[in-house]
Amino acid sequence: MSGVRVLVGTRKGAFILTSDARREQWDIGGPHFAGWEIYHLNGSPVDPNRLYASQSSGWFGQLIQRSDDGGKTWEPVDNKFVYDGVPGTHQWYDGTQHPWEFKRVWRLQPSLTDPDTVYAGVEDAALFRSKDGGKSWQELPGLRAAKGHLWQPGAGGMCLHTIVLDPGNPNRIFIAISAAGAFRTDDAGETWRPVNRGLRIDYELPDAAAEVGHCVHSIAMHPARPDVLFMQKHWDVMRSDDAGEMWHEVSGNLPSDFGFPIAVHAHEPNTVYVVPIKSDSEHFPPDGKLRVYRSRTGGDEWKALTKGLPQSDCYVNVLRSALAIDALDSCGVYFGTTGGQVYASADSGDSWAPIVRDLPSVLSVEVQTLP
Amino acid sequence: MIRVVLPYHLRTLAGVGREVELQIDGPATQRALLDALEARYPMLRGTIRDHVTLQRRGFIRFFAVGRDLSHEPPDAPLPDEVATGAAPFMVVGAIAGG
Repeated sequence: MSGVRVLVGTRKGAFILTSDARREQWDIGGPHFAGWEIYHLNGSPVDPNRLYASQSSGWFGQLIQRSDDGGKTWEPVDNKFVYDGVPGTHQWYDGTQHPWEFKRVWRLQPSLTDPDTVYAGVEDAALFRSKDGGKSWQELPGLRAAKGHLWQPGAGGMCLHTIVLDPGNPNRIFIAISAAGAFRTDDAGETWRPVNRGLRIDYELPDAAAEVGHCVHSIAMHPARPDVLFMQKHWDVMRSDDAGEMWHEVSGNLPSDFGFPIAVHAHEPNTVYVVPIKSDSEHFPPDGKLRVYRSRTGGDEWKALTKGLPQSDCYVNVLRSALAIDALDSCGVYFGTTGGQVYASADSGDSWAPIVRDLPSVLSVEVQTLP
Repeated sequence: MIRVVLPYHLRTLAGVGREVELQIDGPATQRALLDALEARYPMLRGTIRDHVTLQRRGFIRFFAVGRDLSHEPPDAPLPDEVATGAAPFMVVGAIAGG
């Protein structure tokens, strides 16, 4: 019988939550790597037993762990992330140029076709790739050539947090970097260019139409329609219908268009999910009510999903990598909170229930749909 | 034989007990000790000192015989008690909250 495996990264370890397709009874596995920050763990789409985990700590730095048995056992693989050639410099807070310095891996994105190929998005922002299952990492330096000298860290660090692979075109990849923007390659990572036209907000940048500097929080795509992208920006929910060439706002009737994650329904390319947060100054849900918003119209028209979610006194956040979608016939939606809850819906968001309530603060949630 | 005490998380990572013993050929220095430690336990590379610069990570300290050796030059001789195995070389994670 099919089922799901939910991969949860937290401030103090990784947890693996499993259930059958009914998604009513859950087994809670973990903590794995107890005491370490797990920014992200993710599975190969072509080999669900192949998992990768980003394990880090302020004391001991970055490790990458790999599992070949669905997370039962793990082995550390290469953790050497060295920028290609002379690292170069980017903008610093005081207007000077500052050398690139590796800090951590924010995101691991396995290839859609090869379990041994995996991309790593890192801070300070760069994209690395391994073609040997994590045994060695090489930077794709063309990305930092895309005006990298103008990138400047925001308060959360200059992190590459989003990697979206185009299922219809193996040469096309989208990435996003906090306070730098969205970028696209059409030649498998050799060269990149900013794709930020249409992202405008006057109080984030002195030149609201600047080519780089936009604070993209996350990007989502439906695999059947890879030219349509949805973006949760610092403020504004955006949509592009031409692979990022131009964006337009689809925030519509949201109570706040600030937020972190965004996701698309597995079977309905026009159904999109966001979790509005009150503001950049107050990172919690408006009115203390935890509400996922769903649009079935590709944006603009949004409906609050509240059944089973706390509707009073709730002041958690949902971070950019902490919302995920399964591919079962009745589409499942999952998210984790900074308060340690992981909520699941087995009916496209109509109703919710917590899988687990008291984990460490949740940094990321991914879900694998198992055969 | 040189004795090295590792902090909890690195013991778990390397799959060892509180203390490991290393054979060092040549002068017993901090660099030689860390080279030998990383050669025997490759998963520790990058966790104590930087991969490229080989500088000690900021929140890691080196203690031995009641002294903080963190700022000693990497090629300086280790104390005799460490070199002879009478006292351990301690790799310590700095105290921090959270």
